[in-house]
Amino acid sequence: MGILDLANPTRFLRLVQIVLPWLAGLCVIVFAAGLYMSFFTAPEDYQQGATVRIMFIHVPAAWLSMMCYSIMAISSLGTLVWKHPLADVSAKAAAPIGATFTFIALVTGSLWGKPMWGTYWVWDARLTSVLVLFIMYLGLMALWRTMEDPIKAGKAAAILTLVGAVNLPVIKFSVNWWNTLHQPASVVRMDGPTIHPTILIPLLVMAAAFTLLFFVLHLMAMRNEILRRRLRAMRLKAAAQARPASAALSPQAAE
Amino acid sequence: MSGWISSLFRRELQLATRAGGSALVGVLFFLAVVTVIPFGVGPDLNLLGRIGPAILWIGALLATLLGLDRLFQADRDDGSLDLLLMAGRPLELVVLIKCLAHWVATGLPLVAAAPVLAIFLNLEPVAIGAVTLTLLAGTPALTFIGAIGASLTVTLRRGGLLLAVLVVPLAIPVLIFGVSAADAAVSDPVPFLTPFLILCALTLIAGVIGPIASAAALRFSAD
Amino acid sequence: MDLGPHSGFIIASYLLTAGAVLALLVWVLLDRRKLDADLARLAEQGISRARPQQPSRGTQTDRT
Repeated sequence: MGILDLANPTRFLRLVQIVLPWLAGLCVIVFAAGLYMSFFTAPEDYQQGATVRIMFIHVPAAWLSMMCYSIMAISSLGTLVWKHPLADVSAKAAAPIGATFTFIALVTGSLWGKPMWGTYWVWDARLTSVLVLFIMYLGLMALWRTMEDPIKAGKAAAILTLVGAVNLPVIKFSVNWWNTLHQPASVVRMDGPTIHPTILIPLLVMAAAFTLLFFVLHLMAMRNEILRRRLRAMRLKAAAQARPASAALSPQAAE
Repeated sequence: MSGWISSLFRRELQLATRAGGSALVGVLFFLAVVTVIPFGVGPDLNLLGRIGPAILWIGALLATLLGLDRLFQADRDDGSLDLLLMAGRPLELVVLIKCLAHWVATGLPLVAAAPVLAIFLNLEPVAIGAVTLTLLAGTPALTFIGAIGASLTVTLRRGGLLLAVLVVPLAIPVLIFGVSAADAAVSDPVPFLTPFLILCALTLIAGVIGPIASAAALRFSAD
Repeated sequence: MDLGPHSGFIIASYLLTAGAVLALLVWVLLDRRKLDADLARLAEQGISRARPQQPSRGTQTDRT
């Protein structure tokens, strides 16, 4: 399958090298467009005034945090079911990115909530389930780093990721199932979006920008993880060949 | 004399913050405890604001307890504990340095996380500042007292739970004065300084008694 | 551009987001740099990922 044989790490690295600059460039352009629209073409909201501009970060970050976990869950299936060689690399690389997006969603939501609802935080179903998602991300990151062997760590993390995926529908439908302070769904609904296009379009552009950003960071992190495993293999080989000068290199943090 | 002290301190700090050293997992556990409480107590923000300092203190205590068996266990497993015992340095001082490094790696992050977690519990800014200050003054005491339990249980394979059971009664005064000082900063009758200074005194006392008792326990365990 | 009475919250949101994204980017780039340095150092020592050659080449007896 030539260059599309993504299961081969070397070919994958070559593909990343070709695709990454274009992705990064596109990401910057879409962010520029999105930020311009967020501040200059989107009108102020009738009820919320200028603070609706926080939504252009908060909502895409929240969408991305769930999309990232979904990608991790699919990667975990790839590890456990199809035994794809790059699946656990994908899952491990995605975790810090997803955690950061969840953090952004929580913080911007908090900063939006203070002027709107009068409080930085409330323990309603939507906010609590997103906080639980954040804890799951951090727990997965911790799990990866406690095991020496990346393959075993990948399998353990895959199991935990799949079990935790039950949180995703809870987050999505929490505003429907429970009486929450957080507003109900207004974009991804059965009847279509209820937001006016002048606000919906900048929102979707920012969401596209964040998605491109995710893929750029994800590919870069996957590349790093592949290099890290190569480094580990070479160090093990050096130690096995009993070459003291090289085996005693800089201390390796079990990242 | 200061040469070996600083190298021991640096060694402990590096080992604790290296991956597998679970320095930041303590903060994650702290976050998990704070998240779980409203599920049990109910999401009433007024109630949470009133018991918030207690929740933070209990969370910090539990997170510290969980991290304590790393104080001596790893050294015992690879034999460096025996080396430390035979090194000819005052064992009490060795334990003190290990405790300080352990606190910097695991206790200090808890203190740093407390203001953020206080936002989840709807604490007012004065309460947030007071709780953080009391945790800063009180968590070293938890580590010093915990060292006693850690050295008593170092020979046990699954000593973690017993360690917690041993340490909790000794740590109760610290908890009492920590929460009392945080509450005093918000409500009127008692000034903040009264319980706070007692808390500081407890830490200083623990800083002396902890290493002495811990060193004695380590010597017994080595025989 | 008037950001209204709550402009502080809006600016804080955008700044914190930019900071978080930058931190991620910096982490990935620094990680890459360290990995490249470590790999280069190992390559200098002559350790490669290539499979070992025939057993006779592994011994050093003919070098001494």
